[in-house]
Amino acid sequence: MKTKFSSIEEILDQLPELPDQLAGIQETLIANLIMLSEIPAPTFEEAARIKLQLQRMVECGLHNVSTDEAGNGVGIIRGKNPKRNILLVAHADSVYSEKADHTLSVRADEIIGPGVSDNSLGMAVLATLPSMLETLGIEFDANLILLGSTKGLGRGNLDGLRFFMENNRLPFDAGICIEGAQLGRLSYTAQGMFRGLISCKLPEELAWQRVGENSAIIALNDVINRILEIPVPRRPKTSIVLGAIRGGKSYNIMATQSSLRFEVRSDSAEIVEEIQKRINDIIADIASVYNADIHFEIVSSREPGGIDIGHPLVKSCRSVMEKLGLEPNISPSMSEVSELIGRGLPAVTLGITEASNLHDLDETIRIKPIYTGLAQLIAMLFAIDGGFCNEPE
Amino acid sequence: MNLNDWIKNNTIHHSQFWDIKKLVEEKEKQGLKISLCLPTLNEEKTIGKEIVMFKSELMDRYPLIDEIAVIDSGSSDSTREIASTFGADVYLSADILPQYGEKKGKGENLWKAVYELTGDIIVYVDADIKNIHPRFAYGLVAPLIYRPEVHYVKAFYDRPLAFSQGVRPSGGGRVTEILTRPLFSLFFPDLTGLIQPLSGEYAVRREVLEAIPFPIGYGVETSHLIDVYKKWGMEAIAQVDLDQRVHRNQETRDLGKMAFGILRAFLFRAEKLGVIGKLPELNTLLRQFQAKDETFEQVCYEIVEEERPPMIELPEYRKKFGIK
Repeated sequence: MKTKFSSIEEILDQLPELPDQLAGIQETLIANLIMLSEIPAPTFEEAARIKLQLQRMVECGLHNVSTDEAGNGVGIIRGKNPKRNILLVAHADSVYSEKADHTLSVRADEIIGPGVSDNSLGMAVLATLPSMLETLGIEFDANLILLGSTKGLGRGNLDGLRFFMENNRLPFDAGICIEGAQLGRLSYTAQGMFRGLISCKLPEELAWQRVGENSAIIALNDVINRILEIPVPRRPKTSIVLGAIRGGKSYNIMATQSSLRFEVRSDSAEIVEEIQKRINDIIADIASVYNADIHFEIVSSREPGGIDIGHPLVKSCRSVMEKLGLEPNISPSMSEVSELIGRGLPAVTLGITEASNLHDLDETIRIKPIYTGLAQLIAMLFAIDGGFCNEPE
Repeated sequence: MNLNDWIKNNTIHHSQFWDIKKLVEEKEKQGLKISLCLPTLNEEKTIGKEIVMFKSELMDRYPLIDEIAVIDSGSSDSTREIASTFGADVYLSADILPQYGEKKGKGENLWKAVYELTGDIIVYVDADIKNIHPRFAYGLVAPLIYRPEVHYVKAFYDRPLAFSQGVRPSGGGRVTEILTRPLFSLFFPDLTGLIQPLSGEYAVRREVLEAIPFPIGYGVETSHLIDVYKKWGMEAIAQVDLDQRVHRNQETRDLGKMAFGILRAFLFRAEKLGVIGKLPELNTLLRQFQAKDETFEQVCYEIVEEERPPMIELPEYRKKFGIK
């Protein structure tokens, strides 16, 4: 296939044939997906999955295959110009503990199993990319830096990617974060965000006479009610999501412990900060009323930011998606792309296929759209490699 | 070779064969062709994954396996469609050697595979394995490639999730431990060296497969072991530890049917070899009970353990493989 282009239009012209050409890689991709996905990789315990990713890279003859102190897995597909680099990132961790049955089920048109979309498919694409490029006879000018990043989710707080970005010395033209789903996803901005954990503890000595007055659940309930009273502006777009609550032991036992996990997002860093202060005040107030030990912990946080919708990288993504018949679904992201953007690196997150039952044990991805997702990725690599995604000097 | 020596020399862990590249080089040096056979009956949940895994790792990445064939007993689900989608050669058992009729049973599919497949080695892998991995095929094929005296390699699985002491009980499933092992202990003590004689995964040289008869049902594994042992000796048999295998658990009632079939096949084999005297005519009905309110009723299953002759006796086979 043609691998040198003088304009983005030339890349787009070649796009419709790409999904069919990529179908030949099906078995390799699915086998990588199965093997990677069936290795449990809860956040902070990604080592075994990263080891397999590196093994695959070594088998493909990649250079500089290594892990770093954060446990990230990195491999380099050498380009012709050693000074140019494009970063491809897929987070290696998943939300499932190693006790969950990680077995995948492969049907004729879909694959089912925990974490198959988020983000085993992203990892499998990284592991398969060298074979894919070899099959298609593609050699880029820039080096492709393939990074399986660790400690991305929840308390991980993108620590793996942060470590890599702080400690590597490579200059990057651009970054692409690969997620299993959804195909058509285009994220190039990050909202300001923090994730909080409020833990409430009451002394064990509780009297029946005081039922209803004193319980960790009642105290937390008051906290929640007060959080819901915080005014949330529509612009800048802001939201408070109460994600999960836990508390108590059984029907007839007074609750001495409870907890709330929640997330605050906003396009404005000031509003995020203001909400955080108000939650601190609420907690101090409720703690004194209930004589409770209420602890508020910020589990992870992000600064808002992003590249402009008119940035050539974003424009190229939209053109590629439209050529492939995809409706770009533009949404801000809290994930890896926010870390790259925050460091001034033009970056986007792309989804590879259609998925459903996300974050359930029967998370499901569709096989056929994967080839459109891969065609999109390769077209974007051509676009970045060809210099069509750079901002004018 | 005494039994302890056999266990020591012929029991191997699959990790010894991790270097698949080297294995492929050795296979090519010997000019061997290897076929993978997956016998199926309604395995739509697991078949796709098995084929993808074997094709990608042991055909595309390392050309160890030359053909992957699904021999199906007439699945009513989408087993054949899925298998074909992922690139396996799919055969309906009834369409192979149709002049010999169609019999129902896994052994029938294994026997027909000997005719249909062209490999010098055939590796059989059950299609219901949830945690499929390339080791299920290369681990079994490797001893045949590296050791010319080995003709028949059987899988066993031994990887306890947790065990506190150095010694732990190890062995086969329920039918193995309460039927097959006691029978082997009584009549063929050497065969007790096999840790899981009934496992459905094994790799065998063609010259062995074509020379032995195939019971069509549950007795095929037991019968094969006895035949290989009698004809080629224990030296020809090896067993490979493939770690853990996750598959469907069977109801005790179904295991009863399995035990009945194995027992029939075993008795016929023992009679034929003169190990026991002449048998009376054996009943083909297995009788089990079920309770309905206060009444108990018998449920009867007819289990006929028929046998297919050694493939080499078929003129069609001799013609196809150029045997005079």
